[in-house]
Amino acid sequence: MEIILSVIIGLLYSAGIYLMLRRSLIKLVIGLVLLGNGVNLLIFLMGGLVKGRPPIISATAENIGLIYADPVPQALILTAIVISFGLQSFAIVLIKRAYIVVGTDDLDKMHSTEEEDD
Amino acid sequence: MLLAVLSGFIIATITPLAGKLFRSKWSVGLTAVPLALFIYFLSFIPAVSNGQVLLFNYEWVPSMGINFNFLLDGLSLLFALMITGIGALVYLYTSSYMKDDPGLDKFYGYLSLFMSAMLGMVMSDNLFTLFIFWELTSISSFFLIGFDNENKESRKAALISMALTGLGGFFLLAGFAIVANITGTYTISEMMGSGDIFKDHPLYIVIIICFFLAAFTKSAQFPFHFWLPGAMKAPTPVSTYLHSATMVKAGIYLLARFTPLLGDHIYWNNTLMIVGGITMVYAAFHSILKKDLKEILAYSTISALGMLVFLLGLGHAEAFIAMAVFIVVHALYKATLFLITGILDHETGTRDINRLSGLRKVMMPLAIAGFLAVLSNSGIPPSFGFVGKDLIYSATLHSETLAIFITVAAVVTNIFLLYSSFLAGIKPFAGKLPSEYKDVHMPDWRMWVPPLICGIAGIVFGIFPMLAEGSIIRPAVSAIAPEVPEFHLQLWHGFNTVLGLSAITIIVGILLYVIFKPNDRHNAWMNKFESFSPKSIAAGVNKLFMKFAVTWTNLLQNGYLRIYVLTVISFLTILLAYKAFTVSSLDINLTKISALTSAEVAVMVILIVSVLYAVYSPSRLAAIAAMGVIGYCICLVFIFYSAPDLAMTQFTIDTLTVILFLLVMYRLPKYVLYTNKLIRIRDAIISLIFGTLITLLALEVHHEPTNKETTRFYAENSYALAKGKNIVNVILVDFRGMDTMIEIIVLSISALGVFALLKLQLNEFDREI
Repeated sequence: MEIILSVIIGLLYSAGIYLMLRRSLIKLVIGLVLLGNGVNLLIFLMGGLVKGRPPIISATAENIGLIYADPVPQALILTAIVISFGLQSFAIVLIKRAYIVVGTDDLDKMHSTEEEDD
Repeated sequence: MLLAVLSGFIIATITPLAGKLFRSKWSVGLTAVPLALFIYFLSFIPAVSNGQVLLFNYEWVPSMGINFNFLLDGLSLLFALMITGIGALVYLYTSSYMKDDPGLDKFYGYLSLFMSAMLGMVMSDNLFTLFIFWELTSISSFFLIGFDNENKESRKAALISMALTGLGGFFLLAGFAIVANITGTYTISEMMGSGDIFKDHPLYIVIIICFFLAAFTKSAQFPFHFWLPGAMKAPTPVSTYLHSATMVKAGIYLLARFTPLLGDHIYWNNTLMIVGGITMVYAAFHSILKKDLKEILAYSTISALGMLVFLLGLGHAEAFIAMAVFIVVHALYKATLFLITGILDHETGTRDINRLSGLRKVMMPLAIAGFLAVLSNSGIPPSFGFVGKDLIYSATLHSETLAIFITVAAVVTNIFLLYSSFLAGIKPFAGKLPSEYKDVHMPDWRMWVPPLICGIAGIVFGIFPMLAEGSIIRPAVSAIAPEVPEFHLQLWHGFNTVLGLSAITIIVGILLYVIFKPNDRHNAWMNKFESFSPKSIAAGVNKLFMKFAVTWTNLLQNGYLRIYVLTVISFLTILLAYKAFTVSSLDINLTKISALTSAEVAVMVILIVSVLYAVYSPSRLAAIAAMGVIGYCICLVFIFYSAPDLAMTQFTIDTLTVILFLLVMYRLPKYVLYTNKLIRIRDAIISLIFGTLITLLALEVHHEPTNKETTRFYAENSYALAKGKNIVNVILVDFRGMDTMIEIIVLSISALGVFALLKLQLNEFDREI
């Protein structure tokens, strides 16, 4: 499983970067989302894969057993997911706005703060 | 004393606030400040002439050794009297000269700032305050040169002077840092006497180079002299005060102050002699070719500064005496000539010496002041200048090396200076009065009294040199030289070589004045050499810098987001690959792999397919849907591997993102293929390489032993300390509660942004676009 997951992480990175290199604004944001997913998975993988042992202390016990999934990367990823949602939602609304104002989603036409003459 | 030094700063803060008051005729009242300071400093003469060194200590940042330690010895007092004395005259003069200027309050503010900074500088006993005051004088000079800020030339001149003196300032700081490091103290008076440490120190050369660069840029020595003629764009009171009488002598002060520490070394003396010598001859020669009064005075000032540096370089007590006398002489006559120039410019509207003549008939008091200044400048008895020049000649004659050669250089310089002083002080008043100036009248008394006072002072000191001798010259010299021989300033030394040299200077100078007239042809001839003058070289270097900066910026900051991403990713790839394959050889261990179930395989396949689909789909809707599927698949991975919280969050967020995307999508354009195939292939290769690298790293790192200490702490204390059983939740809301709090704030800001962008009504302007 780790091998496949590693490959998928690589794939997500590649796809994310590739889309970010495009000139379209929408692709840029999709790329950003994919890259974020790749990063989250990478952190998750680093914490180690444990099956069926969530980091939750059972109702009766006061202490968790010996084998359990690492809660620290999980807490990190949870934060990351939420923050990236903040970023993505802002970016999505911003593209819409930018498109309405500038009239293009071509990044190359947006690289100047000056108004174009044409 | 602290109040005395800082009073100018106080005034500088008040004037802009009470602007109206100081723009009116009350501005003349400000003259009281430098005048009071002048009298205050005069009261120290008895103590200082008895050889006392007064120290005034005020704490500022004691923990870092930065304090207002003021030291008043002969040298400081000489400068302080000059700063406040000439300052008082300039203040008085300004109140009439600039009375119609709407920025008069600002002007007084800058002038006061400068006065305080300069006073602070010459009295600082602490290296850091000395440096701060030094820089403040540069800054106030910048503002004053560029005072006419609507004039492009003024702004350019201000920038050049700032760039050069600022550069010197950097070196000064560096020099101070090394000096403080070697002696272990920031206090100059504590360093005195440890001169031998420096002269044998391996860093001695570095230190003196730093000091020289600072002093030479500030005091306009060759080849940094060119900012001073440019600085003449400033209003005339500024040229008088900063650029001839006081600020440009800051470099001289610095060198004189550190002569007991760093001087008396072959490098020190020879550099000063050579640079000062070149400057004085070069600038004196230039001064006779100019037609503009202020330019003539600028070059003769540079020449005089060169003379002072040269005298410091001679390095014996007699030269120091000559220097101290010459500082006073020069301040007096140059101030007079500048102030007169200002009046002529003000009343006739021109500074061209070929057009000015015969003005004595309408401006007698000024003609007298000019004549007195010329006497002093040319060293004609009974002026103080004559005393000064005698001292200079006897100092050069008594030099240990090359006495004849340097004496000739001094004589030549003095001949040129005499010539240029005639041009500035006598030419405008002599001869016939042209009809166009018939109506010229005397200016307000506030303008003609100051130059007359300076002019008369130059003669009074000449006739009664003992006035200056014991009170100020001797204490000043004793601050520079270890032991001062008995000396008496006097006009008449009897018939000797020095007198002969003086006579030669005067006769040749007057002959030159009669024969030679500056005109455009000479200027044109000089301009041929312009292309390799220091000024052009500096401008060229500046241009080169600009070009380099522009190229560099265009290369790195080209404004295309994807190029930035590409650069960052390529660089990162190379770095990572280098590290992975050379330093730590890639070692993938596949023993600790967990098994696969069919469900997992299915999810993985779906994931891979949707990633490819998201990338290649020509439809926006399909790409966004694929993005959603990817998110859900990752959600499943979290479920398989014991992360229920993550699964829930991912599920919610992913859904929200897709919905939001779809909401705005219908307002967005369809995909358009912007790039050609080649670029797409290039991008694909780079991103694939990067992805592969990440895969390899993930595989390798997976088998590195990880430190689980943090995890153990949270697991053990989750219930014990926080009474929570879901460890992930406890970490987020309890152990790292503050972080989560900040995260919520970030989200709120983002939400506000989204709301604003969605609801904001387009105004007329935006709609037109």
